[in-house]
Amino acid sequence: MAGGIASASESAGIYKGRAGLLILPSWLIIGFFLLLPVCMMLIYSFLTKEFRGGVIWEFSLAAYDQFFFNRGLFGDEPPQIEWTYINIFWRSLWQAGLATIFCLVIGFPTAWFIATRVPRHRTIWLLLITIPYWVNLLIRTVSMKFLIRDTGPLNEFLIWLGAIGEPLHLINTNIAVQLGLFYSYLPFMVLPIYASAERYNFSLSEAAADLYAGRWTILRVVILPAVKPGIIAGSILVFVPSLGAFLAPDLLGGAKTFMIGSLIEEQFKGNAGNWPFGAATSMILLSIVMTVLIFYARSQTRREAR
Amino acid sequence: MSQRHDLRRFPGFLQLTLLCLLLLYAPLMVVMVYSFNDNTSITIWGGFSLRWYEDVFFGVEAPKFKQAALNSLSIATMAATCATIIAISSAVAMMRARQLRGRTASFALINLPLMVPEIVTAVASLIFFSAIGFTTGYATILVAHIVFCIPFAYLPIAARMQSIEDTYEQAAMDLYATPAQAFRLVLLPLMMPGVFSGFLLAFIISLDDFLITNFVKGAGIETLPTAIFGSVKTGIKPNIMAISTLLLLVSVGFVTLSYLASRMGQNKEQKT
Repeated sequence: MAGGIASASESAGIYKGRAGLLILPSWLIIGFFLLLPVCMMLIYSFLTKEFRGGVIWEFSLAAYDQFFFNRGLFGDEPPQIEWTYINIFWRSLWQAGLATIFCLVIGFPTAWFIATRVPRHRTIWLLLITIPYWVNLLIRTVSMKFLIRDTGPLNEFLIWLGAIGEPLHLINTNIAVQLGLFYSYLPFMVLPIYASAERYNFSLSEAAADLYAGRWTILRVVILPAVKPGIIAGSILVFVPSLGAFLAPDLLGGAKTFMIGSLIEEQFKGNAGNWPFGAATSMILLSIVMTVLIFYARSQTRREAR
Repeated sequence: MSQRHDLRRFPGFLQLTLLCLLLLYAPLMVVMVYSFNDNTSITIWGGFSLRWYEDVFFGVEAPKFKQAALNSLSIATMAATCATIIAISSAVAMMRARQLRGRTASFALINLPLMVPEIVTAVASLIFFSAIGFTTGYATILVAHIVFCIPFAYLPIAARMQSIEDTYEQAAMDLYATPAQAFRLVLLPLMMPGVFSGFLLAFIISLDDFLITNFVKGAGIETLPTAIFGSVKTGIKPNIMAISTLLLLVSVGFVTLSYLASRMGQNKEQKT
């Protein structure tokens, strides 16, 4: 990093006056087709819904009101807290949190194991971890669905083993969605932890062992704090996409396992849609994600300051 | 002393690593195996056959999937090309120009597509295109893909540039090369491995996308993922497994290619 900055200062002459021009395409494309659309979405969340999709340009708080309050069938009763959507958010939060924990439990030992191989073997192990990530997410989710169906290979195998008498009903349950999320984002946990673990200085472990620390004490007191940046980065990389996931809850889950992604998607498909409500729900999701990311960025800058 | 060598090892970690790989590969393997199943029912094994592959290429649904595959490939090629060019230009500005104002803001902007949840990007794009009166279709898919491909192309290119000292360009400039020549004849060849893996990454990411495409595609046009999704909604058919296996092989091929490219880049460096 330091080298990059040093060389940047020397080369100030080469691209003098052109830097702005070079960065311009990124600003134009991302600014115009992502930043502006997100602002537009914010505006739409305060508009009135058109019944066949789309909006009427009239200011309204109806979308946010619908999210948080229930005013009865005709909208004239005293407002009560509406739990339907809060529950969907709550389910998404714990499903994403649980997926993060499971990914950590499997991902940390895997990352550590790979980081302690000889360098020549590390690349091969890493390649094995990354290949599934590059396989189409839809295909991976469909594969999971095929595997855990009531009459699928997993149940057949377990019955053949004699572990279970009759097939497990996994499809359309929270367990299936959890499996799907875990499976989708597991490589995201392994890679950042590996990056941290690879830089770990083993003399720390030796010093701890000299002071009569046991193997697991070393893991808990010395290694885990040392690879914490990787663990945090990995957790964010699993948690954030899980929170807004669409494919896993949609294909593996059912009506009782509804998550934010499906709730939003439903507002923009077909005639039952409610664009302002979908926009408002998206804004709430985006705020949660941005809060997580800002806390992360702040902890990073504090770490660098130290 | 012997215990010291063991400090790196923890009992059970090997087993958990193998479990991790099993979990990652089992569903894919199962689908691969069943794609060769000679039975109309997807549950019962009826012997080895290639009939579902034949069905993919010549069956009733073949034209639909062929068109979807063509759309996917052409969009991925164009989106990855545009994203790579934009990423190269941004990487040069970010890594080489000291006097660049708003570097932090630019960095955040380039990574914005990674930070905004996919479903939110999808909703925002749909709202935007409908608000400015763009007809959803091929063009809107392409634009949306270019946007989210940029950070994926940028990251390997920037990582590569970090290891390239600018002394080569300085030398070229001393020999009266114009900045454009210094870039084209010196810097670009040096950063080629990064450009190559950036392009491949963007290509696979574009090929992979379902959610955003599904929002901005409009009626009447399908990419491979949206076509597969539509088909899977009514139940998993054996031809879907054959298509999945083919797509899986394409992805694996691309990753291997990218891996080999980066290794060749490293080898070259070691030799010089």
